[in-house]
Amino acid sequence: MEVLKPAAAGTLESSDAQVMIEPGDGTISLSLQSSVMNQYGRQIKATILETLSRLDVTSARLTVVDKGALDCTLKARVECAVFRSCGASEENIPWGGAVR
Amino acid sequence: MKNAVGREIPDFLLTNGKEVYQGKNYMDGKYIQKASPRTKRYETPQESKLVESLADALRACGAKSGMTFSFHHHLRDGDFVVNMVMKAAIEELGLDNLTIAASSLGSAHDPIADYIEQGKVVGIQTSGIRGRMGEVVSAGKLPTPAIIRSHGGRPRAIEGGEVHIDIAFIAAPTSDCVGNCRGIGGKSDCGSMGYAMTDAKYADHVVVVTDCLVDFPNMPASVEAIDVDAVVVVDSIGNPKKIASAAARISQNPRDLMMAENVAKVIASTPYFKDGFSFQTGVGGPSLAANLFLEQYMDERDIKMGWAIGGICGPMVELLKKGKVGKVIDVQDFDLDAVRSINQTPNHFEMSASQYANPANKGAFVNKLDFVVLAALEIDTGFNVNVLTGSDGVLRGAPGGHPDTAAGSKVCIIVTPLVRGRMATVCEHVVTVTTPGDCVDVLVTDYGIAVNPLRPDLVECLDSAGIPHVSIEALKDKAYSLVGTPDDLQWEDKVVAVLEARDGTILDVVRKIKPYQLDG
Repeated sequence: MEVLKPAAAGTLESSDAQVMIEPGDGTISLSLQSSVMNQYGRQIKATILETLSRLDVTSARLTVVDKGALDCTLKARVECAVFRSCGASEENIPWGGAVR
Repeated sequence: MKNAVGREIPDFLLTNGKEVYQGKNYMDGKYIQKASPRTKRYETPQESKLVESLADALRACGAKSGMTFSFHHHLRDGDFVVNMVMKAAIEELGLDNLTIAASSLGSAHDPIADYIEQGKVVGIQTSGIRGRMGEVVSAGKLPTPAIIRSHGGRPRAIEGGEVHIDIAFIAAPTSDCVGNCRGIGGKSDCGSMGYAMTDAKYADHVVVVTDCLVDFPNMPASVEAIDVDAVVVVDSIGNPKKIASAAARISQNPRDLMMAENVAKVIASTPYFKDGFSFQTGVGGPSLAANLFLEQYMDERDIKMGWAIGGICGPMVELLKKGKVGKVIDVQDFDLDAVRSINQTPNHFEMSASQYANPANKGAFVNKLDFVVLAALEIDTGFNVNVLTGSDGVLRGAPGGHPDTAAGSKVCIIVTPLVRGRMATVCEHVVTVTTPGDCVDVLVTDYGIAVNPLRPDLVECLDSAGIPHVSIEALKDKAYSLVGTPDDLQWEDKVVAVLEARDGTILDVVRKIKPYQLDG
């Protein structure tokens, strides 16, 4: 998928994460803040990158502010931000396909 | 050297007879040489000890650089006294190299972080450390490690001369002109003044700071004029709204209530739950709610609680007024109901921190406790508890009376949700051991109950009452299956805080945390 415009998903509530996505320069750049960085930073980063790769996103700038979200929440927020960024969040979401 | 909870204690800390933690009751039967303060004689009768300002009081007590000042934390997050005194000492008298020995410190004391960064405050000894002070100490800004003690460990260290207090500052809601202090009757009432009592007896000099001067004699006094050098009247010693909350409310959170109900079930399954039993609970959601369910079991079996101790709040005072508990003995008050009750409600008494929890005296109240219900930031598969350091390794908590009540009581129950956000409360190894696992008996979580294998008698109690329980490893696995296995924290070598066990041995150290590198 191609990130066409800036989009955001998620909140700054405890146990959630706020994902902001913008068109990139051909690579993925990730700025990550997390309340559980020391223990889970590595895993959060891996989850975000995996999710992007599953959605075939290869060029994007992401800013993620994590407030201790579980992996399932992180995935959902990243997916939603990507779909919003390419106008694909209204219909034909690939449930069971790229979203699983 | 490795201690009994498997923590590596660096050799440079093991000087002057300091030992590593050896296990519960290791110091039993040994002798302690008590220190004695050098105090000034006031033979010529004085009409009053009032002085104009804190600076005058400091001068009158011969304050100089390098001294240790002590404080108590009954004004909690509303306290103005620590900041006022340190400001006068550093900015008016120009002192430095000062050590603060406090019963606890909180985010009210953020300005002290600046004095640490400026090198004016060089030592911190406390139970609690939070906010900016926790951050600067964790960043290694003190020249010597902070010393963290429990509420019972502190009077032990003071009485044994490990902490020599040059000047003790008493934050007094009321005082008369010669320094008889009480925690009630003023505009910044805190109720019990239990943590200040040992300070007043063992300090070379004692300064009372009050915002409500009352007629002589202010009786019954919590801190007595015979120990006081000077009295200073200030506009305000604290913010009453932050000293005592309106009322500690019992949680309505169904998860808290479910855990509280299970705590009460566990208590009721043991042989210690009989008429006259003794009890202490924290004021956290599920701990406090346990009161409610316990009362139902007491009614059902027609038994009464003999006595309760601790930091006291409204629900316990309510039980006292209903005649369901015989006596309440109180070292600190958390809400206005408790503040208004102490020394007013019959059988609601004040006690000192030493009387409450000191392991080196001849028998503190905690030694007679049947049950204590406590919270935890983390508990590991060895039942070791952390209530001091966050998951980022930064100091932001307080052992308080946790290790003392856990060690003294017959049944210590930890109640905590299995995970908080993405943090596994039940884990492989806690960040810092603040209460050793040999003092912790039962863990109640929202995903199940575990009993310490050191207590087969309690396993039997739960089994015969039909209360299901699992191994603590199973709870840890469940937690990790929900949130993932956390990476180990990365530390530097520098020790920023030493965690003393209540008996004075070294239980753990906190090191400086390495700056986190996501791609490292």
